Amino acid sequence: MMTIAEKEEQIISEFTLFDDWMDKYNYIIDLGKSLPMIDDKFKTESNLIKGCQSRVWLSAEYDGKIITFKGDSDAVITKGIANLLVRTLSGHTPDEILEADMGFVDKIGLKEHLSPTRSNGLVSMIKQMKLYALAYKTKASLNN
Amino acid sequence: MSTLVANPSFDIASIRKDFPILNVEVHGKPLVYFDNAATTQKPQQVIDALVDYYTQYNSNVHRGVHHLSQLATEAYEGARLKMAKLLNAPSPSELIFTRGTTESINLIAFSFGEAFINEGDEIIISTIEHHSNIVPWQLLCQRKKAVLKVIPVLDNGVLDQDAYHNLLSERTKLVSVCHISNALGTINPIADMIKVAHQHKVPVLIDGAQGLPHGKVDVQELDCDFYCFSGHKMYGPTGIGGFYGRLELLEQMPPYQGGGEMIKEVTFAKTTFNDLPYKFEAGTPNIADAIGLVAAADYLEGIGWDNIEKHEHALLTYATEKLLKEGGITIIGTSPDKASLISFLIDGVHPLDAGTIIDHFGIAIRTGNHCAQPLMERFGITGTMRASFSFYNTFEEIDSLITAIRKVKQMFL
Repeated sequence: MMTIAEKEEQIISEFTLFDDWMDKYNYIIDLGKSLPMIDDKFKTESNLIKGCQSRVWLSAEYDGKIITFKGDSDAVITKGIANLLVRTLSGHTPDEILEADMGFVDKIGLKEHLSPTRSNGLVSMIKQMKLYALAYKTKASLNN
Repeated sequence: MSTLVANPSFDIASIRKDFPILNVEVHGKPLVYFDNAATTQKPQQVIDALVDYYTQYNSNVHRGVHHLSQLATEAYEGARLKMAKLLNAPSPSELIFTRGTTESINLIAFSFGEAFINEGDEIIISTIEHHSNIVPWQLLCQRKKAVLKVIPVLDNGVLDQDAYHNLLSERTKLVSVCHISNALGTINPIADMIKVAHQHKVPVLIDGAQGLPHGKVDVQELDCDFYCFSGHKMYGPTGIGGFYGRLELLEQMPPYQGGGEMIKEVTFAKTTFNDLPYKFEAGTPNIADAIGLVAAADYLEGIGWDNIEKHEHALLTYATEKLLKEGGITIIGTSPDKASLISFLIDGVHPLDAGTIIDHFGIAIRTGNHCAQPLMERFGITGTMRASFSFYNTFEEIDSLITAIRKVKQMFL
């Protein structure tokens, strides 16, 4: 099992293969099309992160040790980037998720997609993933 | 193509030279700016007017006896006179400066509301309004327990006039509709709508944010009671705009904000308010940008409203034909009377996805709900792509958009 930092490095090296922006976007579009769709039953109002421009759904499951995230969006590019976020943070403990800095987004030249002005829901998605981690961590410590 | 350009005196190449930003490159490609309904670019004349003010005669207005203050006051009040003339307002005291259309509507909603709206009264707006012409009225209705009525829109983006007539009643206290829809481009038949409202003795506010940039507006001919506008959408600076208000209404309306400028005499027992228009302009006004706005108005008149309307209409016709010919494209808003903007969808592609790729071609269009969520809901969509054209745009730029749309289709479909 790779650490979050190792996954980030892996994504960065994948993106160094692209010479131009169009190849990069074609790859993100492929990722967007391949992300396992969230079951429709999870596409609820409570799992919906409303961006002004695109909608993102995020579900989280905690098995007492690690959190498994699933994500979806109505826009393909948003979904492709959501795929990268899920790939990075899913399968990790709440503590690991809370410590992740997600610096890879900037390094692969997609920072503009995470700016608040784009309002595609991705900024809120990262925030929401961290909130899930915090909530599960708190819950776990209360149970102990 | 030249047959589309109506007036041979209209020299697009020389006009484009007036707008320095049109020379910038975006993502290594020449900028194609099709987001004019959001804000327009500024000619050098406007930029020069701002620099000139700040370098030559920056000073606070109305209060100083010194030379610079007099120059600034003359320029600022000259701006009021200019804008009053541009709108053909009967007097400059009926021209109030604000930050723009949004602040104008908020001011009127508050102040008109205080003077004239009571419990159970009705205010009529329409489905195709910008949030700026919805939310201020919702706030007023909450405050006064009044009722908001909404004119429905037909499938082609035209307001249902029969429904409008039926909504008017003795309970109606105000009608507030846009001149031109920012999301669809529909030009409303406002002269007729005002006439019908007046038959019921109901005043009418026109949200002219998208109206004034595209053609001559005459508030006396329209016979409207309020006409709100934004400077930055008519090639002027951001942060300045205003509205025309009918004198007899303005006189009965209480001030919106308190402070300097808007008072005549202040004691702790009682304050008396200044005359119009100052009653509605608390605090130091936006002097520089009002002066910049004059330069914009002069510039537009120099180009000629007729030339602007003809060229923009030619761009609209050309782009509409090209998009329809392309296939796989749905245009939202097909009113026969339409301003130079097109809201559209590439079938099967999310507007944000398409907009992201189109941006990489150096083309600026807008994607999203265009601050008109109820309208998007009416059409069962979450958003559109919007290309909005100005008189400085060219047919070749529309060709570039078509090329970019083809690429989008290749990538997503």
